Amino acid sequence: MDRLKVATVWLGGCAGCHMSFLDLDEFLFDVAAQIDLVYSPIVDCKEYPEHVDLCLIEGAVCNEDNLELLHKIRARTKTIVSFGDCAVTGNVPAIRNQLGRDNTTNVLQCAYVENAQENRRVPDATGIVPTLLPLVRPVHELVRVEYFLPGCPPPADRIKAVLVELLAGRAPALTGANLKFG
Amino acid sequence: MGAKTLIIDGQTVSAENHVTILQAATDNGITIPTLCHLDGVYDVGACRLCLVEVKGSTKLFSACTTRVYEGMEVTTQSERLKKYRRMTIELLFAERNHVCAVCVANGHCELQALATSLGMDHVRYDYCFPKWGMDLTHPFLGMDDNRCILCTRCVRACWHIEGAGTKNVAGRGSKSHIISDLNEPWGDSETCTSCAKCLLSCPTGALFHKGDTVGESERDRSKLGYIVNAREKQQWIV
Amino acid sequence: MQLDDLQTIAEKHQASRKKFCLRTCMSAGCMSSQADVIKKNLESEVKTQGLEADVEVRRVGCMGFCGQGPLVGVDGHAQDGELFEHVKPEDAPAVVRSLTGGECALERGDPHHPFFAKQLRIVRANGGIIDPERIEDYIAAGGYVALHNALTELTPAQVIEQITRSGLRGRGGAGFPTGLKWSTVAKSPGAKKYIVCNGDEGDPGAFMDRSILESDPHLVLEGMAIAAHAVGADQGFLYVRAEYPLAISRLNLAIKQAKALGLLGGAIFESPFTFNIDIRIGAGAFVCGEETALMASVEGKRGTPRPRPPFPAESGLWGCPTLINNVETFANIAPILNRGADWYASLGTEKSKGTKVFALTGKIQNNGLIEVPMGIPLRQIVEEMGGGAPDGGSIKAVQTGGPSGGCIPAQHLDTPVDYESLVKLGSIMGSGGMVVMDDKTNMVEIAKFYMEFCMDESCGKCIPCRTGTVQMFRLLEKITARQATAADLAKLEELCDMVRATSLCGLGQTAPNPVLSTLRFFRHEYEELLQSDAHAAPPPATPA
Repeated sequence: MDRLKVATVWLGGCAGCHMSFLDLDEFLFDVAAQIDLVYSPIVDCKEYPEHVDLCLIEGAVCNEDNLELLHKIRARTKTIVSFGDCAVTGNVPAIRNQLGRDNTTNVLQCAYVENAQENRRVPDATGIVPTLLPLVRPVHELVRVEYFLPGCPPPADRIKAVLVELLAGRAPALTGANLKFG
Repeated sequence: MGAKTLIIDGQTVSAENHVTILQAATDNGITIPTLCHLDGVYDVGACRLCLVEVKGSTKLFSACTTRVYEGMEVTTQSERLKKYRRMTIELLFAERNHVCAVCVANGHCELQALATSLGMDHVRYDYCFPKWGMDLTHPFLGMDDNRCILCTRCVRACWHIEGAGTKNVAGRGSKSHIISDLNEPWGDSETCTSCAKCLLSCPTGALFHKGDTVGESERDRSKLGYIVNAREKQQWIV
Repeated sequence: MQLDDLQTIAEKHQASRKKFCLRTCMSAGCMSSQADVIKKNLESEVKTQGLEADVEVRRVGCMGFCGQGPLVGVDGHAQDGELFEHVKPEDAPAVVRSLTGGECALERGDPHHPFFAKQLRIVRANGGIIDPERIEDYIAAGGYVALHNALTELTPAQVIEQITRSGLRGRGGAGFPTGLKWSTVAKSPGAKKYIVCNGDEGDPGAFMDRSILESDPHLVLEGMAIAAHAVGADQGFLYVRAEYPLAISRLNLAIKQAKALGLLGGAIFESPFTFNIDIRIGAGAFVCGEETALMASVEGKRGTPRPRPPFPAESGLWGCPTLINNVETFANIAPILNRGADWYASLGTEKSKGTKVFALTGKIQNNGLIEVPMGIPLRQIVEEMGGGAPDGGSIKAVQTGGPSGGCIPAQHLDTPVDYESLVKLGSIMGSGGMVVMDDKTNMVEIAKFYMEFCMDESCGKCIPCRTGTVQMFRLLEKITARQATAADLAKLEELCDMVRATSLCGLGQTAPNPVLSTLRFFRHEYEELLQSDAHAAPPPATPA
């Protein structure tokens, strides 16, 4: 049997979910034996490949780069897992949505001018900061998502519970304390 | 007085005359999810989580406001009820800005706990992301409208247990919100006794003690029930 | 005050009548088009032309043909009952001249037009005939005799028996049998009982109750007083929305007049019966039309509903047994007692007796108020009386029951208008709003309009109504913006079911109705707006 092609993606989030993933400790060896990690922040691969079996998406969809990558992921991936609260709910990145819909200038102004101590200036060089989306969105509002893995971050054993099922070809079904947000 | 015999989820239970379905269920170890109910505070049947099916009627009844009767047959956990309850919780999460990760009530929030127990792994409705403010004018208490679910437990505790009548509801529909007095800054309120019963009653992190950490924000909501029990039934020992 | 005194007042009033009468509609609709100036001009014109001895200009209530207003009716003329339409203040000289054979080029309404001919006026019998600001007019039309007879000849139980036998059902919308409600309140233990009249008419496009209150306020007061006698109440509240200032001022005047004549207050008709009516004015919330919210508002609390049971009949205002009926229901009481329960029961259908007032509006030639016998086919109302769609269009659907109702498509126009038939088609009788839609109307937009209304009017107390209407409205917006998928439509239907089943009061429980009923008959209009889901992946798959 072919090894499972797995990707992990970091959109608008703090990387805490990936840190938690690394907390899987020795279980990572078991995982490594069963998968090919084809794309990840911890893998040197620039382009999201074709025919990915499983992708864990960390982070909310905040800007056009995120959105473009997300559509690419959906087109090239069999199973998507929303990985962590930012991907599932929008979480902290989505707090900026309260500043107003379609008002990204507001957001940049708030971050780079009003709340900045030095160099108060909205970055305007082209191609550096990706264009923000009008609203930060959770992943499933934009593309179909197969499974949800909430938590901020999801503790390692919760990640393990999902991975064990997926690697065995079964549908994970989180219940009880494993479903806690935050 | 007299007692009533009824069936809840197939279990024959007996209940005192005039108690609600919720009371009868709780007394017999049957859990019905609730949000706007709190022991000690009178019931309003607003959150609709405790809706149950009663044999012989196609309507659903709020367990917290419906009295038991002899021979009543109640179902508290049908697939339909579970579906509605999960939808209700999802609607609440979509309504305001509930960010568990940075909430002072994280880990001891009734809304969060219900999401967990009702199996909510994500919210299917578009988040509204409304802009709500906070009232931090009180010397040591704070109110964050973003986390309020409008259960009105604080309003009822304030009026009927403390008798201060500081907390009120203003606006209607999704613009409803909790105010102090006639929409004054809380800190300017002349009626507030700073008893913090509102804080004790709050199921989420909407009302909080300023400066408390998440760990310090755990609250014993049953205290209100003890106060009312002592006052009305002269029962001092739980 | 005795029966003789009523007759004396009536005779005196009749004796004061003149040869000609110019009836000027002074209801809210015509008033908004300067009816008050028209009346003033008519009066001065009568003087100018020296006709004061023969002509009286009279303030009357609504004549019903509101779309053709301002209206002036003529009595005593060669063509008795002649109706001038679209009258302007400067038309006064011509109108007055026409009484003495002068030319008048004004539009004239046809009193034999089906709009009038097919009506059966019971509660609106005095509308457009009597001066609503003069109790003598009402008494001359037979007013307060029913109250007299109820107090002197009938026991409370006999009154209730009459109402029960008449088959009258609540005109507020749900159609609960009125007699049964009255007897429940009468049987409820308690020394103090209340009567409440629900005049918080709020459905978009509906103005039946406003018209009754403005045109014939005493009819409602008399009905309430009879009810009070029947159930044993001594205090009534008439709850009117603040948007009806003319109705409120006429009711205040009517209560004052009735009290002055000993028809309200203490020792009514020199009997031990005491009954007072106070007016309570709403503050603009639609939900206060819901009876428990209305009662909270009367008590001075925030107008939000509470779960039933207990029903108001057992525990209403301040915990006392309370009878709460709609304006039109109370307006039916005196006619029933005057003409007998059997007469009333002979009108209408097997289960829906009497008449119903409808506000006929929307894409229709003849807008206005009509009172028709129950069971009349919808087609007769919209095609014959209403004259069909304007500008050669065709009728697509008729919306009844306002935000709680549904749309009845053209293929069902032969449905008889009664409580059960409308429910079978997924709509309701409602309080009497009837909005006609033509072939240019987009039904999804209609559903969205009503959903926005419910969303704005939700009181916010229960979660399904407060948040569910928001999400349903958003989904409808998404659909009309052509951004929704089949999954969104499924989500909308799921929400409709949930909000209907779980909301606390009627507002939420019926808020999904406009969506459900348009989905039932016009589903293709929704589906045409859907987008295919570009990112739809195969159904949840597990990796190999």
